[in-house]
Amino acid sequence: MIDKIAQRFGGAMLALAFVLLAGPVLAQSPPVTLVAYTSLQKEILAPYEAAFRKVHPEIQIAWVRDAGGVIHSRLLAERANPRVDIIFGLPVTDIVGLYKEGLIEPYAPKGYEKLKPRFRDARDPPVWTGLEMYLNVICFNTVEAQKRNLPRPTRWADLANPVYRGQITMPSPAMSNTGYGYIHSWMQGMGESAAWDFLDRLHQNVAVYTSSSATPCKYASTGEYAIGLSTDLTGPMMKTKGAPIDLIVPTDKTAWDVESIALPKGSKHPEAAKLMLDWAVTPEASQTFNKYYGIVGIPGLNNGPPNSIPDGDTLAADYSVEWSIDNRDRLIAEWFKRYNAKSEPKGN
Amino acid sequence: MAMAQDVIAREPARPIVRIENVLRNGACVVLLAILAVLIVMPLYALLSQSLEDADKHFIGLGNFVRYADNPGLVQSVYNSLFVSIAVTAITVPLAFGYAYALTRSCIPAKAIFKGIALLPILAPSLLPAISLTYMFGNQGFMRGLLGGHSIHGPIGIIMAQVFHCFPFGVLIIGTALGISDGRLYEVAQTFSTPKWRVFWTITLPAVRYGLISACFVIFTTAIVDFGIAKVIGGSYNVLAIEIYKQIIGQQNFQMGAVIGVLLLLPALLTFFIERYVNKRQMSQLTARAVLYQPKPHRLFDATMLAFVVVVALCILGVNAVAVFASFFKLWPYDLSFSLDSYDFAAFDPGGWSSYWNSIIMASGAALFGTVLTFGGAYLVEKSPIPASLRGLLHILAMIPIAVPGIVLGLGYVFFFNDPANPLGFLYYTMTILVMCSIAHYYTIPHLTALTALKQVDKEFEAVSQSLGVPFWVTLRRVTIPISVPVILDVATYIFVNAMTTVAAVIFIYSPQNKLASIAVIAMEDTGDTGAACAMAMMILYTSVAVKVVQIGLSKLLFPKLQLWRHPDAS
Repeated sequence: MIDKIAQRFGGAMLALAFVLLAGPVLAQSPPVTLVAYTSLQKEILAPYEAAFRKVHPEIQIAWVRDAGGVIHSRLLAERANPRVDIIFGLPVTDIVGLYKEGLIEPYAPKGYEKLKPRFRDARDPPVWTGLEMYLNVICFNTVEAQKRNLPRPTRWADLANPVYRGQITMPSPAMSNTGYGYIHSWMQGMGESAAWDFLDRLHQNVAVYTSSSATPCKYASTGEYAIGLSTDLTGPMMKTKGAPIDLIVPTDKTAWDVESIALPKGSKHPEAAKLMLDWAVTPEASQTFNKYYGIVGIPGLNNGPPNSIPDGDTLAADYSVEWSIDNRDRLIAEWFKRYNAKSEPKGN
Repeated sequence: MAMAQDVIAREPARPIVRIENVLRNGACVVLLAILAVLIVMPLYALLSQSLEDADKHFIGLGNFVRYADNPGLVQSVYNSLFVSIAVTAITVPLAFGYAYALTRSCIPAKAIFKGIALLPILAPSLLPAISLTYMFGNQGFMRGLLGGHSIHGPIGIIMAQVFHCFPFGVLIIGTALGISDGRLYEVAQTFSTPKWRVFWTITLPAVRYGLISACFVIFTTAIVDFGIAKVIGGSYNVLAIEIYKQIIGQQNFQMGAVIGVLLLLPALLTFFIERYVNKRQMSQLTARAVLYQPKPHRLFDATMLAFVVVVALCILGVNAVAVFASFFKLWPYDLSFSLDSYDFAAFDPGGWSSYWNSIIMASGAALFGTVLTFGGAYLVEKSPIPASLRGLLHILAMIPIAVPGIVLGLGYVFFFNDPANPLGFLYYTMTILVMCSIAHYYTIPHLTALTALKQVDKEFEAVSQSLGVPFWVTLRRVTIPISVPVILDVATYIFVNAMTTVAAVIFIYSPQNKLASIAVIAMEDTGDTGAACAMAMMILYTSVAVKVVQIGLSKLLFPKLQLWRHPDAS
């Protein structure tokens, strides 16, 4: 009994001593500024930083935000002397590419297993940690469709229908990760030879291959071209602004990517960066993300922004992300060979 | 300087010559060293990768062979040449006519027309592309004029490029036409030489250098520009877009470097053409020259006015469409009036700091850039420095215009972020942004200053020298006062361009010195067109304000400094 009391008392004393000694040390731990490279939309950054700093006030975040391709190129160009402390929100495809170049330090955040399967990397320790997931969707201008007598597509194969000639725009896989998402998802879904056959016919209908994944939906929103293959990041935003578009996910499901957080090799503040990774898998982080994105890492959260697609997870196609990464160069080269020489865009 | 004056006071003549030479050659070497750091080494850091494989092994010309094997890429060479030649062929005559009217006729409101001609430089180059889509796109109110052709392709690129390049033409040709010897025209009149002959034998030869410079600048700008082709080019492949596909789309730096090298070729070619023409160029403004003053001529002035008004209306129209469009609630479906696009609350938190960063950066670039470019042009044109140094200085100055911003920016990363580089501390600072912007926009200020200096007679230097007046006195008392308008032009040019620059700095800005122009692109990227518009307008207002200050300063200083031009007045 006395032993037990002593033990408890001792434990309490130890804890007290710890708090007394370590408390000031912890409180005094110097403020850290993490340089974060991100391709997420800027709206999420300030709220996310605020929510994160409620738990870790000593860590500040300095953002460099740009398109995914720019960030990817910049990370490669800076590899001799890395400036980045944390990669926050870059598609898995890009992060795995960087990992294969030896630029990523695998790390398993505490609580990683609580994330949905698609938000987790199969490697152990994982290379990336999912933050949110976007879907490839069709932005379909209903006003122009009626004017031009265009039926509503319900399956991907419908887009090859000659009725859509000169009405479709999509991001070029040579320039945009989303554009490549379309290509590899069709390859994996239809089988390669059927997919190339479909692409040959789709090519007849495509008016413009754009460099950014947002542009096709913007074209659809102003009726410049009636159908834009884009993402559910741009689509809901345009629809909320009043554009007469429907966001269509064909019944044969769609491509997706998970924008993720990862620890770069050469991070100047790896401990603080790991705290940021740990926090990214908490329900609070997912809730913050859910205000701006439909699909987030913690299961059961479904409070996306206006016009986002509810239960988007169920519409995401089942395919191998690794396959898409391993075959990227080959598929893009083939696509380049078949369609890049096209110069004159087709008129309406 | 003080020491030099001491020397002058004690020992006249010969030692001064020696000091002069040391100073001039020294300045030349310093400038060459600066240009090497600003331009050559960063470019080498990237372009040398065109001879390497992905693992940095030297593979000779293998990448170039692979390039030539790709029909799509070869097609883009052809497309780029076509577009750039068309843009040059349209823009140069237009700009010549416009500049001619401004300098050689008695049309009213010249200052206003000149201001309108320069509007396209003040706004981001995205603007004409967006406006043209609104006008001629599939939903555009003037699409009928294209006769069924699509604006998303070569037509759109050419139209937007002509708009974008027009000010360069007016600036350079205007400088050439602005300084000419009135006595030649008086003589011609005395002999009743026909007007066309006067034009052909006096006017054109006198501005030959300016014309060639203008052709070169417009051609290279058109072939290198990426923003316009991206927004309005549709799937029309041009070299600048291919660079983007390789570097940003596929992280293939080696292939990007190959295209970067190819784009340098036109610059090299023009360099040699120019050297040839240069030998035959005569100075217009001899020491005895009387500045040409246009005399009123009703029919000629009316024709010129009509031409200038039509061109000015086109420029204003393109700008006006963008302004109107920003007031529509949702073009083209809901055209009710709305101020949503000007909702400043949509600004991102870094918005205003980016704006001030841009101001600081552009001012720094304008200040140091003007000193460098004018000093460089002076050394090339007015100093007896060794021909090899002169040629080297000049070709270094000509390179930047042929370099796409994305190539220069990446080169800066590779060069300055190298741990072995003693200048590495500059990376991630404001200084490197200033350096990069000066390098990026070096060529046109250099050419403008050179064109102006070429027309000032070398006799000024010769006479000064024989009188034992050191060159810095001639520079201060004669050359700089004559050149004040051009110096102000150059400073303004660098400032407004640095305000809108994107491609070159997108790889090297740090979180602490983000720029307004980058914020515009980012906001446009994420669909926040309202805030993007607001920030773009802030850039435009600032540039217009700077332009107005420049015109005011010119008005204020010009009469005092140029008294010599009007002997009657003094």
